[in-house]
Amino acid sequence: MAHGPGRAALYAAVAAKGFRRYATYRAATLAGIFTNTVFGVILAQTYLALWAERPGLGGYDQAQALTFVWIGQSLHMAVAAMGGGSEEELMERIRSGDIAVDLYRPVDLQLWWLAQDAGRACFQLFARGALPLAFGALVFDLALPASPGTWIAFLTAVALGLLVSFGIRYLVALSAFWLLDGAGVGQLAWLVGMFFSGMMLPLNVFPGLLGEVARVLPWSSILQLPADVLLGVHTGTGLLGVYAFQLAWAAALLAAGRALQSLATRRVVVQGG
Amino acid sequence: MADPAAPPRPAPDPVDARFGSPLTEGLRTYRLVVAMWVRSTLTYRASFAMALCVAVVANGLDFVAILLMFSHVDRLGGFTLGEVAFLYGTSATAFGLAHLTVGSMDRLGRRIRDGSLDTLLVRPVPVLAQLAADRFALRRLGRITQGALVLAYALTVLEIDWTATRLLMVPMMLVSGAALFGALFVAGAVFQFYAQDAAEVQNAFTYGGTTLLQYPPTVFTRELVASVTFVLPLAFVNWVPASYVLDRPLPLGLPVQAAFAPPLVAAVCCVAAGLLWRVGLRAYRSTGS
Repeated sequence: MAHGPGRAALYAAVAAKGFRRYATYRAATLAGIFTNTVFGVILAQTYLALWAERPGLGGYDQAQALTFVWIGQSLHMAVAAMGGGSEEELMERIRSGDIAVDLYRPVDLQLWWLAQDAGRACFQLFARGALPLAFGALVFDLALPASPGTWIAFLTAVALGLLVSFGIRYLVALSAFWLLDGAGVGQLAWLVGMFFSGMMLPLNVFPGLLGEVARVLPWSSILQLPADVLLGVHTGTGLLGVYAFQLAWAAALLAAGRALQSLATRRVVVQGG
Repeated sequence: MADPAAPPRPAPDPVDARFGSPLTEGLRTYRLVVAMWVRSTLTYRASFAMALCVAVVANGLDFVAILLMFSHVDRLGGFTLGEVAFLYGTSATAFGLAHLTVGSMDRLGRRIRDGSLDTLLVRPVPVLAQLAADRFALRRLGRITQGALVLAYALTVLEIDWTATRLLMVPMMLVSGAALFGALFVAGAVFQFYAQDAAEVQNAFTYGGTTLLQYPPTVFTRELVASVTFVLPLAFVNWVPASYVLDRPLPLGLPVQAAFAPPLVAAVCCVAAGLLWRVGLRAYRSTGS
């Protein structure tokens, strides 16, 4: 498959369309911001009680724990923690058979969906992520860094986390080739992802072996690692280690997605064919 | 298989249906549509059994997060693990019952967008019943099962001084709580008549509500507790009656009689949601000219 500059422009255009497509639904965006903010308030007050009982739990002080909550709510939609990513559409296209049309296109299936999901995530990150975090910073005492360098490091970790998140969701979506109804797998994937990314509770609060296992699973790249980068836990070589970890998982998952894709497309039998 | 020689059964008199009250007719429709979806779900028995097991385990992760919190602390907001499990179990089970029975109502916005609501409107049966039963998802039994398991765990570890009133309080909480959440689902659907794209707002109240109620009221600010007691009376699902069962002071210094109010509060909310539904449905104008 050719990957010249024309190709890059094509995928950039797909990503831009993905961005604009989600930007069209303003009411939905506002509704989502409201919901994330409500959940943020509930979780923040729970964490306040938990950290009041055990100050310094997991190495976080109270402000850091609260910051973790609000970063989680801000990334919630961008990483499609509870669905709403491009994988749902892909799954539906596999189920309905429309995937045959996608396979006819002279583009790479995985890159096409990655581009579309990148556009979506970019919109969700800035349009849906910024306001809950701003609300949290206004109402609670957060530990947000002042240095722009830390923010850039954080956004880089978020971008890599999004790549990992897409890698997982693409695999989940491809399961529809075998199961047809992917709703069950999709739901299982969210709940496991919510738990092991730290959305329910930061991974450094997980005790013993469970904590160690959770930290090396791919989901830690999605929330725990970016949040720790923002909180200044990882700097210098530690930061490079975080990026290397995220990149390794992203590469492994995307390669697995590619392998599964070539296996799956050989199975495609269009109705009547 | 019908015998072709048999005389055709007389068609039911259309007037007959009109004699039934809207409520009985609605329930009949609901039962029929639900039975259809259940039958279709059970066609793939193995798939369903797997989905159910997965749902129980996956929903359980939510409670595991609470267990992990309690691996570091003995009490959260002054409540022990058993007490929090009691709150979690009652909240999750009540929510699960509502989610199973009327949870599909949140598809209304989508149906308005793609125009398929109009199909339901031309059928001579109540729209509310059709929508509530739409795509009835039996796998949602998973959440109820998981909630009930946590509740059972709570009841075994808690040392409650059981009286007849306290014992009756538990099923009363589950039924009233389910009705309260059900009213919330219907009200959320009404909201979608006016703001189809903003369907997600209702998640803040339904899913947000059940999450809130899983933790002790003492964890939250007084303003938050007051607003879910007096404005959106979710506190009557478990916080208020559970305080009586657990022999604790009621939140916000409410009198102990308030613990017996859930059925009344739920009934008022259901009537209010029903009225809202009528207003919303009448305000609905289909697309096109």
